[in-house]
Amino acid sequence: MGAAPTIQLGPTEETQHVTEHATRDLLRLATAGSVDDGKSTLIGRLLYDTKSVLADQLSAVEAATLARGGGEVDLALLTDGLRAEREQGITIDVAYRYFSTATRAFVLADTPGHVQYTRNMVTGASTAELAIVLVDARKGVLEQTRRHATITALLRVPHVVLAVNKMDLVDFDEATFRAIADEFTGYALSLGIPDVTAVPLSALAGDNVVDRSTRTPWYDGPTLLEHLESVPVGRDALSEPFRFPVQVVIRPRTAEHPDYRGYAGRVASGVVSVGDEVTVLPSGKRSTVVGIDTFDGPLTEAHAPQSVTLRLADDVDVARGDVLVPTAATVDIGSDLEGTVCWLAEKRSVLGARLLVRVGTRTVRALLREVNARLDVDTLTVEAWDGVDTLHAVDATDTSSDIPPRALTLNAIGRVKIRLAEPIVLDEYSTHRRTGGFLLVDPADGTTLAAGMIGATLLDRLAPTSTAQDDDDWFAGAGI
Amino acid sequence: MSTVTLTQLDALESEGIHVMREVAGEFERPVLLFSGGKDSIVMLHLARKAFWPAPVPFALMHVDTGHNFPEVIEYRDRVVAEHGLRLVVASVQDAIDDGRVAERADGSRNPLQTVPLLDGITANKFDAVFGGGRRDEEKARAKERVFSLRDEFGQWDPRRQRPELWDLYNGRHKPGEHVRVFPLSNWTELDVWRYIEREQIELPAIYYSHQREVFLRDGMWLAPGGWGGPRANETLEVRTVRYRTVGDMSCTGAVESTASTIPEVITEVGASRLTERGATRADDRASEAAMEDRKREGYF
Repeated sequence: MGAAPTIQLGPTEETQHVTEHATRDLLRLATAGSVDDGKSTLIGRLLYDTKSVLADQLSAVEAATLARGGGEVDLALLTDGLRAEREQGITIDVAYRYFSTATRAFVLADTPGHVQYTRNMVTGASTAELAIVLVDARKGVLEQTRRHATITALLRVPHVVLAVNKMDLVDFDEATFRAIADEFTGYALSLGIPDVTAVPLSALAGDNVVDRSTRTPWYDGPTLLEHLESVPVGRDALSEPFRFPVQVVIRPRTAEHPDYRGYAGRVASGVVSVGDEVTVLPSGKRSTVVGIDTFDGPLTEAHAPQSVTLRLADDVDVARGDVLVPTAATVDIGSDLEGTVCWLAEKRSVLGARLLVRVGTRTVRALLREVNARLDVDTLTVEAWDGVDTLHAVDATDTSSDIPPRALTLNAIGRVKIRLAEPIVLDEYSTHRRTGGFLLVDPADGTTLAAGMIGATLLDRLAPTSTAQDDDDWFAGAGI
Repeated sequence: MSTVTLTQLDALESEGIHVMREVAGEFERPVLLFSGGKDSIVMLHLARKAFWPAPVPFALMHVDTGHNFPEVIEYRDRVVAEHGLRLVVASVQDAIDDGRVAERADGSRNPLQTVPLLDGITANKFDAVFGGGRRDEEKARAKERVFSLRDEFGQWDPRRQRPELWDLYNGRHKPGEHVRVFPLSNWTELDVWRYIEREQIELPAIYYSHQREVFLRDGMWLAPGGWGGPRANETLEVRTVRYRTVGDMSCTGAVESTASTIPEVITEVGASRLTERGATRADDRASEAAMEDRKREGYF
């Protein structure tokens, strides 16, 4: 598309991060861990050692360090957020950080690790291709660590890094590291996480974050940054079948393009080529792709996540909200949605409530019919209920609270059945990470109530009555 | 198969185009804030790509402080004419003239932009407002959403911001509310410059090195003009400078630079030891939480 860069590079350190490589790609990742685990320090270290911190940011941090009583510059302050948070000493929201190396740029979703902020971890993990789970080497795998792994598995983040931090405080002891790594990897495998890389490091001292440590001679794996630079990007989206949610219909009606009609969108997953037979869902109309247009010229094929405009051979009815899929494929469509939701709003779930379901570019009216299981993120057990509804009403004998026992409240993860006013494409999240997610929206004020995943998820795997207990391919498509 | 992994710039471009198309699909009356600065110019470039071969389906709005660099106004008017766009000007001078805001003692009009901006949004019933804000710019922006909900007073309440999952942006809002949309959220300053180079996008000349009469105030090189500088104790001198941002002349400082081409600017930006806002925006240096406060009030 663009011209090759023609930058004259000097040999100095200052110019090294100017190096534009035509092949530099983009990895989205998320971090999970609490302040106690040294997460802010680790992120500060990544920013600092990749020279993503500039003088005025650093001097602001120095000033803040002094204001708090001085001492060594606290890298954790680099990621300090809103004043409201600083005053309360907590992190209340997902913050995005940017750093880059010669070969890769990184968008890091920094998610707070407190139990009450499950919602933020789910948000950060939804777009991440890699998650860093932090543990303190002195404490090992905690309940919180298992919770982070669970949400990572629920959202199907393809790559997981276990960062065993504060190795300096356990004298860089190999046995300590191995024990933690083995315990976590075993647990992650039980959740279906296919790829765990464990790295022993010290964020404070910098060991094995960017630079290889001389204090871990027994470790021959990559440093954290080396690993971040080497994991494949975008493989899962490419390996999934072609999906194209239509965003807008392009009809210029200009003198130059009087009859042009194209369907603009982003390839959510897979690949499409000129000549491919496609079906418009949910209508089921069929046609053939005759053109893949961009401002920069036509393409013969497009792949996820490119934004393009498709032209079809036939004058079929296509509108925003429709999905183009390969004609040869079997695709589920329907008006009954079953899945797992994470409740994101202060307002609790109400059975029978009128909602909006947003999936892809489509918004449909919906009714919440059933909440039939809930994942306890503290004990990581699933409580499932047979039968419907009766217990969801307010229990008159319970004077302590007016929340029905089966309602979903902020940060709850539960299994639901939803009735839709019109059929939609029901891609299972387990095999369609890019199109199997949905939002529940309150039609009254537009609040995003919940984020959901269509079909069987980790919750079903953990449920006592689950039908997806076997080591089947529910996690298929991840990490390959 | 050809290259299967998008480059970083291709990925950012595709994301920006996706966001713009979502807005076109979900909102009645979007508008693109156009200052003539490089970020708004890149946004316009993405808009032209997103809807091609159709024209850009929304208007531009310029919040005019009255203290403009002439090169920028000339650029703005030329671009509007060239692409057949509709331009709405929200004027700080008008707001001062009819008493909606009062001129400040220090002469700076940057803080005065919020009122005409919100009035312009209300008067035109704009429901989605594209801004060029980037999360790397400033601490208060690191947690900004791509779709940022504003109440009927234009205010930003962190507690009401919606979680954004996958690429599902929720733009629903009540009448009178609007949504600020930031298609460049995930770009850094260097990304913007590399994209400008790759796409060969023209910028106002003040972004490149030139000779200019300037004077020093609070450690910044300011340009003289009808806005009120220099004062008696400030002396004009000719310096070789360029601008890293485009804003109100009273508080946008020039940096000394000999970078006169895009590659030279990229080298300079990459080697820079100051972020662009810290270096050249007096208003952002006022307090650590300056941006957070102005954002709450409805600023860009």
